Amino acid sequence: MIRLAINRQLKKIAKTVRSKTLRRGVISIAGFFIIWELCARFKVPVLGTVPSPTEVLRCLADQITEAYYWHSWGSSMVRILTGFAIAQLLGVPLGLLLGFSRKAREIIFPLIELMRPVPPLAWVPVSVIFWPSAEMSMIFVTFLGAFFTVVLNIVEGIAAIDERYLRAASSLGAGKSDIFWHVMLPASLPSVLVGMTVGMGITWCVVVAAEMIATNTGLGYLTWRGYVAGEFPMIVVGMLSIGLAGYLSSGLIRRIGLIFTPWLESR
Amino acid sequence: MGLGAISVRGATKIYNPDEAAIVALDGCSMEIGPGEFCVLVGPSGCGKTTLLNAIAGFHDLTGGTILLDGEELSSPGKPAKPGADRIVVFQNGALFPWMTILENVTFGPLAQGRLAPDQAKKEALDMLETMGLSGIASDYPGRVSSGMRRRAEIARAMMNRPKVLLLDEPFRAMDALTKTMAHQFLLEVYDRTKPTVFFITHDLDEAIFLASKVYVMTTRPAAIKKVLEVDLPRPRNYKLLASPQYQALRQECQEAVREEALKAFTAGEREM
Repeated sequence: MIRLAINRQLKKIAKTVRSKTLRRGVISIAGFFIIWELCARFKVPVLGTVPSPTEVLRCLADQITEAYYWHSWGSSMVRILTGFAIAQLLGVPLGLLLGFSRKAREIIFPLIELMRPVPPLAWVPVSVIFWPSAEMSMIFVTFLGAFFTVVLNIVEGIAAIDERYLRAASSLGAGKSDIFWHVMLPASLPSVLVGMTVGMGITWCVVVAAEMIATNTGLGYLTWRGYVAGEFPMIVVGMLSIGLAGYLSSGLIRRIGLIFTPWLESR
Repeated sequence: MGLGAISVRGATKIYNPDEAAIVALDGCSMEIGPGEFCVLVGPSGCGKTTLLNAIAGFHDLTGGTILLDGEELSSPGKPAKPGADRIVVFQNGALFPWMTILENVTFGPLAQGRLAPDQAKKEALDMLETMGLSGIASDYPGRVSSGMRRRAEIARAMMNRPKVLLLDEPFRAMDALTKTMAHQFLLEVYDRTKPTVFFITHDLDEAIFLASKVYVMTTRPAAIKKVLEVDLPRPRNYKLLASPQYQALRQECQEAVREEALKAFTAGEREM
């Protein structure tokens, strides 16, 4: 049985390796790096100013042995997680309230609609003035980035709950609190998680920009410092690190989400 | 405790009473005896589902009244309320996708506080066993076939020992073979506890095969056009389909429905 399963997996992998799709993907990525390297080597105008892949790799190899590099990761992560966590703590209950109570929606929603179109980054100057420390102001804009996305996704998720489920529940004799806990909450959970994943992405956009403006720690600052100091490979290392960090955090959210929504996992 | 006699008396339902009013039900009356397997057939959009929803307590009537065992369920001025004595099995299925089949089936008794969790689980497992679903008790509905889902939904309904089982075209999207199995199964459940069944369909064979009485509805506004007594013996099986008695009923039913369908069609043409 097990051998059969392994064999099947191996065949699948072999098929993927031999497939045209994979070959084309590899050609495209390899081609990109080769052209990049060539442009840097031969100092092609405009494109040639970007450091070559080999330089970037060398710089990355240096950086991962430096405490400062990891400290930058740490500072950004702390900001992200704090801002994100506060956004969930306030956003999830508010979203649920707005979703379930029409009165609350009519009172609070106009306010949200007024604030939401302002991009979180536009809040940076105000929050630097408003909050006593740079750290707090950055956490605040990070919070804003995730907050509205989460609230709106929950409200939409609740509005989209199929009437059938509510009717079925009341037909089965469920009271208001049963319907809330066992029907509305789980039914809206998938959109809550989508909101969290998207919110996490926005959070990274915001924190990187805020770090370039308002502080001297974090991955955003690391990238900016590379620019200021003229260490161009450093800029690219910073960019790659930010991309990786964002990817990891979104993946983490998705993973945690799957634990809470086991019914969505495909067979 | 009553046995599930439903009296519909002059039930009227007008949507949008102020603007362009749509009269869905106009003085519809019917008496459904306790334990009767009542099947409604009629043209699409004629108001069958409106009537079902009124009995279920999902919406109010504009006029008339509906009684269950002499007690008023719904009338103008008395807001409708769903109850566990009348369980609905929906057209598109409404098992909760986030609960396992077992959790779905125990939901009713637990929500009503009628059974302790252990007891509910035990009864549910028995119920699933008799329905041939014990293998999927811990699966999510999304991972089992549509036939199994529908059976599980009927199991969930029957767990509440309802007086009335309301089914709104429950087998509509099924292929012929799965449908046959579903019928067999539904009849088994029905023969065991004899709840009153209120079943809506477009499929005349299904109607006659299942029903004790077939109610043919008129085109909108719906009223009862004709009642056919189906005195075929129970338990029913598929050999009945070939009997002359069945053929005669089928013919009679077909003619009545066809007349209404034609009316609905020409009315539709006129509206165009």
